[in-house]
Amino acid sequence: MIPELGQFALILALVLCGAQAVFGLVGAHLRDERWQSVVRPAVAGQFVLVSTAIAALVHAFVSFDFSVTYVASNSNSALPTFYRVAAVWGAHEGSMLLWIWIISVWTLAVAVFSRHLPPTFASRVMGVLGIVSFGFVLFTLATSNPFDRLPLDQIPADGRDLNPVLQDPALAIHPPLLYVGYVGFAVAFSFACAAMLEGKFDQAWARWTRPWTTLAWCFLSVGIALGSWWAYYELGWGGYWFWDPVENASFMPWLIGTALIHSLAVTEKRGLFKSWTLLLAILAFSMSLLGTFLVRSGVLTSVHSFAADPTRGMFILGFVGVVITAALSLYAWRARELRSTAGFEGTSRDAFLLYNNIFLIIATVIVFIGTLAPLVNDAFGLRTISVGEKWFTQMFPPVFLALSAVVAIGLHAAWKRGRLADSRSRILLGFGIASALGLTLIYGAYGPGKGMSVVGVVFGLWVIVSSLFDPVDRWRRKLSLPRAIVGMTIAHIGLGVGVIAVSTVESYTVERDIALGPGETATLGRYAYRFDKLEPVEGPNYDGVRAQITVLRDGKPITILHPEKRNYWVQRSTMTEAGIESRWNMDLFVALGEDLGGGRWSIRAQLRPLIDYVWLAAALMALGGILAATDRRYRTRVEEEAGARSAVAEAT
Amino acid sequence: MTARQKRLFMVAGIVAGVGAAAALALTALRDNVMLFYAPSEIAANMPASNERFRLGGMVEKGSLKKTTGTLDVRFYVTDYKKTVEVQYSGILPDLFREGQGVVAHGRMQGNVFVADQILAKHDEKYMPPEVARALKDNPPPPNMGQNTDEGT
Repeated sequence: MIPELGQFALILALVLCGAQAVFGLVGAHLRDERWQSVVRPAVAGQFVLVSTAIAALVHAFVSFDFSVTYVASNSNSALPTFYRVAAVWGAHEGSMLLWIWIISVWTLAVAVFSRHLPPTFASRVMGVLGIVSFGFVLFTLATSNPFDRLPLDQIPADGRDLNPVLQDPALAIHPPLLYVGYVGFAVAFSFACAAMLEGKFDQAWARWTRPWTTLAWCFLSVGIALGSWWAYYELGWGGYWFWDPVENASFMPWLIGTALIHSLAVTEKRGLFKSWTLLLAILAFSMSLLGTFLVRSGVLTSVHSFAADPTRGMFILGFVGVVITAALSLYAWRARELRSTAGFEGTSRDAFLLYNNIFLIIATVIVFIGTLAPLVNDAFGLRTISVGEKWFTQMFPPVFLALSAVVAIGLHAAWKRGRLADSRSRILLGFGIASALGLTLIYGAYGPGKGMSVVGVVFGLWVIVSSLFDPVDRWRRKLSLPRAIVGMTIAHIGLGVGVIAVSTVESYTVERDIALGPGETATLGRYAYRFDKLEPVEGPNYDGVRAQITVLRDGKPITILHPEKRNYWVQRSTMTEAGIESRWNMDLFVALGEDLGGGRWSIRAQLRPLIDYVWLAAALMALGGILAATDRRYRTRVEEEAGARSAVAEAT
Repeated sequence: MTARQKRLFMVAGIVAGVGAAAALALTALRDNVMLFYAPSEIAANMPASNERFRLGGMVEKGSLKKTTGTLDVRFYVTDYKKTVEVQYSGILPDLFREGQGVVAHGRMQGNVFVADQILAKHDEKYMPPEVARALKDNPPPPNMGQNTDEGT
């Protein structure tokens, strides 16, 4: 009964999405207030209905309702409650429902916080969001209904269990965060479409759009980082990024989103890059949709791929095609009217943000080519190919190093006119400090490594030092330190930390795959891993073995690691639980391979310097973003808007 | 220099930069593309010994041989028409099973494929699209290749 209620709620939600789209867009076009007044209630109703639907699915999972196909395939009576809830988004159908629920939450937030916006504009934003929601609800109902029941005679006594790789706390919260990010770009997209429909695109628009975009970007950053962290310790591969197509699918919207939040800054402050910003807003969401298509259609070989279903792929491709084509047509129609009038110099902050955008776009193109070249080849009926990881690892570092240099220098540039000559001493001082620190660190702690890594560490430090000048200055001169500045500083420090961490871990990781028996020792530089013993373990829905491995440095024991190999009963699958100790400067990592016979096991032993700082970097960026997005000036009311607009007009 | 000329220079610079980057990228791409081979394709047209490529198919049942106490393994990959022997030294992925799909990266040495990387997928129902396509024309015989899943 309750699953049917969920499905019924979802069908009603579809109707309300349609109403939201029609009344929002047509109402705004007719400038009819009665039509527009329907939009907010429709949004609220849709939120309640989708919440009901997802609650119904949670209920089915928690109460072991194995008559529901989706529950029977993804749960089991031995599955702990926490994972029964997380299992809701553990496979395709439920994760679509989660996606819909998140878009309804974003839409509700827009409905609540858009009251100070011009009414027709707000209606159009919600109208466009309505179209997007409509597409996804229809997709779910038509091709991926999580409430489908099994025929009575096929109801199993117990479920087939949640995929064991997903039974992990980080992975339970990784998809929701990622979706919040993906879907958040739908808000920026809707703001862009609404502005184009409205034919009004000014600095106020950029100020309304910025906090939404920044927040979405923060969630995406954390979501991606959590996924990477999970792959690191759960898959037992011992790395933070594998250039897997699905990882790339989340990375592309992040890169475009990063470009977008910077371009929005220029549009808000200077009224420049208007059409470019619009295009980025469309692209960021297009990349989210493309990612959805890649993951859901199973067209690419990836660890994340769901078993392929061509109808789903075609549906999403069709929907994505319609949405993107419509948005780009609208853009082609309107962008000509958005000529920016003000100029800027090649060394101004405006220009540096332009360079930032260029490098981010290049980075996106690299990922795009590497990810989609196999598909394009297939489409033309050529040989099946794949693009090796080396493509990315060769192409990416130079671009990101150049980007770091742009950030480190650009932070000193003033708007409009660069007057970089005034800041020359600061730029050089920053670079000097960074070089001295970086070279000391590299040669003191690690010894010579790849040239690119040395440059990376120095440039990373340069970004950090450069981003500290302005806040320190303001603090010394007892000037106000708005949240936006603090946030920006923290996020840029995050970038620096990330560049340093990636450079170090890429160059100084020590790894060995080796066969070890009890009592035997494998050496990695100054460190050694000693295999002490193996013992059986048992969990709620698995059994397995746990090894005890002592790590020694210069012959002295420093810690004991406990990697596990688990057999999950229901799906009969084998899982690796790596043994990891995180220290401030490196991770000691060990994973069990398999029983090689003769009492020996294959063991993957690694030392990864600074790897945790990769995720810290993402956390810093997200924290900075949240601070910046909650800056006081975004809480302005309508009355102030007019004043701000005329003041800006003077400035340009 | 007028503002217009300046802008022209900047645009020209950007175009040149992007062009150079694209040229570099295409060169790098050509060097890093790996072709996919199914066992029958290798039999029909042996790849050069210095060409690194992807081999895909099913792990033949009963073919996995480990050398006790070492990381060395040998097994056969089949598309139910031809088979290729694979040699690998390293840790096999958790979902590596006989009778299931596999993709390996490596080179041919004589008639043996020496793999430097073995990929198996995390969803056991999932089959890499290349493998699925390679097997499409050669359905497995009834007693082979079915995922009977004895566990490991």
